[in-house]
Amino acid sequence: MLGRTLREVSVALKQGQITPTELCRKCLSLIQKTKFLNAYITVSEELALKQAEEAEERYKKGQSLGDLDGIPVAVKDNFSTSGIETTCASNMLKGYIPPFNATVVQKLLDQGALLMGKTNLDEFAMGSGSTDGVFGPVKNPWSYSKQYREKRRQKAQGESEAADCLIAGGSSGGSAAAVSAFTCFAALGSDTGGSTRNPAAHCGLVGFKPSYGLVSRHGLIPLVNSMDVPGILTRCVDDTAIVLGVLAGHDPKDSTTVQDPVKPFMLPSLTDVNKLCIGIPKEYLVPELSSEVRSLWSKAAGLFESAGAKVIEVSLPHTSYSIVCYHVLCTSEVASNMARFDGLEYGHRCDINVSTEAMYAATRREGFNDVVRGRILSGNFFLLKENYENYFVKAQKVRRLIANDFVNIFNSGVDILLTPTTLSEAVPYLEFIKEDNRTRSAQGDIFTQAVNMAGLPAVSMPAALSHQGLPIGLQFIGRAFCDQKLLTVAKWFEKQVQFPVIQLPELMDGCSSVFENEKLASVSLKH
Amino acid sequence: MWARAVWLTSRGVLGGCQAFATKANPQESGRITAAVIEHLERLALVDFGSREAVARLEKAIAFADRLRAVDTDGVEPMESVLEDRCLYLRSDNVAEGNCAEELLQNSHCVVEEYFVAPPGNISLPKLDEKEPFLHS
Repeated sequence: MLGRTLREVSVALKQGQITPTELCRKCLSLIQKTKFLNAYITVSEELALKQAEEAEERYKKGQSLGDLDGIPVAVKDNFSTSGIETTCASNMLKGYIPPFNATVVQKLLDQGALLMGKTNLDEFAMGSGSTDGVFGPVKNPWSYSKQYREKRRQKAQGESEAADCLIAGGSSGGSAAAVSAFTCFAALGSDTGGSTRNPAAHCGLVGFKPSYGLVSRHGLIPLVNSMDVPGILTRCVDDTAIVLGVLAGHDPKDSTTVQDPVKPFMLPSLTDVNKLCIGIPKEYLVPELSSEVRSLWSKAAGLFESAGAKVIEVSLPHTSYSIVCYHVLCTSEVASNMARFDGLEYGHRCDINVSTEAMYAATRREGFNDVVRGRILSGNFFLLKENYENYFVKAQKVRRLIANDFVNIFNSGVDILLTPTTLSEAVPYLEFIKEDNRTRSAQGDIFTQAVNMAGLPAVSMPAALSHQGLPIGLQFIGRAFCDQKLLTVAKWFEKQVQFPVIQLPELMDGCSSVFENEKLASVSLKH
Repeated sequence: MWARAVWLTSRGVLGGCQAFATKANPQESGRITAAVIEHLERLALVDFGSREAVARLEKAIAFADRLRAVDTDGVEPMESVLEDRCLYLRSDNVAEGNCAEELLQNSHCVVEEYFVAPPGNISLPKLDEKEPFLHS
């Protein structure tokens, strides 16, 4: 049951094959078993069971709220959840209990979704590995997969277990690990520079970033106000469409949401793609791209072409500057957004009471880790009077050039862009931490952050397993507010690719009902 | 087949596309003077804490300096991707509020309905007066 898609489980609930309480308990039990992944910071067991009981009542009366009623979901810990600790994986907010729900959380709860818990992330969503939070790193469930382990046994001799542990990607690594390990059917992440798509690629999931302005940011603790969006992580595109249908739409509490009317939608199944024009940005072919990802990218392009789509090379000339531009704008907005954490009204407060300035300084030193402090200081540097024009305003101008690059391409008849999501598959944790956060973020975000700067929708689709047995994702980028079209194409791709389900024999003991998905040829459920 | 054509043309290093190589420009290091450090620490109310942090800032600045190579003559800065749309106003009606008690609960130091702060208008000690981390 846990291995099914959201839609399948929803049908099972409606047909009474399983009750919300049973489903909830199964997920909670699996969360316990997978504690070593460190995907969850807070598990809201009591709340989830209470919600499950309420959902059960509704199903008994035949009054289910919709496709999400009774479905376990997880939420990244930088979304405010009423009555549930929200930490952003930082000492600054340890013990902080928001008095309100983020709009997207409220929308999920209004549809009857069960909130399993808050997931782990990089501190304040700054990072691309989910390694820099105060609760420790998130482990990629694929580290424990049969697919990966078998390849490792063939290759390596005498390497310790610890070396196997792979990063989950970031910064929404906890959400990705939670969905990938079957502890919930969908999870909310946030996406500022690729933070939903990056872990989706590393964990073999569908990671969707909606158009900026489509989904409310109210309650999402902001990193970069002009680029943040809530992201959706699921195991298949139809599930993403269900969740997006619930979340999208104008919110009076977020003035950056557009007022265009939005309706929930069912994704059509594309039968042919010969009206489609796919663009391949040549500047994304960087030397650092792993040969496996490169060849997979090429195969995917070939797939569209042989199905009749027009596949052309396009140019985004300012690509090489986008990561630098992002770096300046991100640190500048961070410097501003982190100013609210002074210890007075919420969050951590130090013991010093000599003066407000001393109290603020000590609180912030104790509350923030090096990464956050580094970005605040860099941002403040770029915002100094003498630097403002040369750095901040300059970056804003470059941002326009980058956004225009995309507009020009879409105006020339291209429907969707196809690019890699990450440079390579997930790397081991010990290797990842050898470089500092800024370097790793620059590497991890290279294909994803230009999309945030232009506010476009994008989705990372699991494409294939690498030679090491690990997921590789490819990214599709669409025109602004053409999210539905983007997901339709992604769904077609998903069908062609038939990405394998992760096999976690140690976690699923004995219960054959777990893997009823017919995509699986054979699975050994016993270790 | 387009794919073969693309990969076969020589595409070694795409001109200058070293999007994330972190080589600190030697000419730029040393521009972070003690005065700048102090100024930033005061503005940010966050201290550097170590020499490594200063070095990281220098690298970050060197990285950002690459923007100079872009020609932005006549380009307007972009503040929001939604700039073509109107920011709307809603009617001035009170829709929620009256939650003072809930909000006060999150603070460590509260007296009646006030958040309590230490005395203000006392500047942080100057760099030479306080513990110099740079020498630690």
